[in-house]
Amino acid sequence: MNPPVATPFFFYLLSATVLIGGVLVITRKNAVHCALALITALLAQAGLYLMLYAPFVAGVQIILYAGGIMVLFLFVIMLISIERSQKERQFNKQWLIGIAVAAALGGLLIAVYTKGKSLFPEGHLTYAEAGNTQGIADLLYGQYSGTYMFAFEIASLLLLVAIIGAVVMAKKRI
Amino acid sequence: MLHITTLHYLVLGAALFLLGVIGVLTRRNVVVVLMSIELILNAVNLNLVAFSRYWQGIHGATALHGQVFAIFVITDAAAEAAVGLGILIAFFRNKETVNVDEVNLLKW
Repeated sequence: MNPPVATPFFFYLLSATVLIGGVLVITRKNAVHCALALITALLAQAGLYLMLYAPFVAGVQIILYAGGIMVLFLFVIMLISIERSQKERQFNKQWLIGIAVAAALGGLLIAVYTKGKSLFPEGHLTYAEAGNTQGIADLLYGQYSGTYMFAFEIASLLLLVAIIGAVVMAKKRI
Repeated sequence: MLHITTLHYLVLGAALFLLGVIGVLTRRNVVVVLMSIELILNAVNLNLVAFSRYWQGIHGATALHGQVFAIFVITDAAAEAAVGLGILIAFFRNKETVNVDEVNLLKW
């Protein structure tokens, strides 16, 4: 079995797209620009999921995340007219303390990386991909192997509560 | 650098998490803060799927627990974005602002 070709090139290309999209999200003044940058980052992340041999999660990411949640964000940005807020100050007063806290978190992550780097030896991965959706369905709904069936039902209950909550919060008169 | 291991994905996830945290802590616009929270959730998802791939190398091709958890995280992000934007609309109707530091009605 031949390993896939050009893998480092695609990994670095997709991860550069994700990181540039992330930087654009946190720095742009116009909220629509931020939303578009986030959509780019989410689509590149779906490409990274494909590289990790997770085609179902990549499909869910494109359809639900980039095609559902970000469209909701864009609708709300259009509803609240934030042209006035584009000319105001974009970063709040405690941005310096925020950057310091984020730098502390970054230091912690670098420390974790340098200590735990040796725990991941390079193994030989199997390239099984044909049964991915079936494997996820077995874990979710399987009669003898469905360990996540209860969590699935709770997730549907959570979505029901979120629908009712969002409608009640956004109504003019309850 | 040439062979892409699990560690590459974990470092990328950590960098995305850091970007999301900076966005949450420093931006004034509520919508951008919510989008930074989505960035954080994406970083977590990348970690989960990378570890699921690592487990597949050890326990066989059906060890997909990380991917199932990532699907649950995406579902949860959808619910949270809907409710958060509903709250934003309700607040915007009352106070006509989208800045986080003008939400100070409880301040003494």
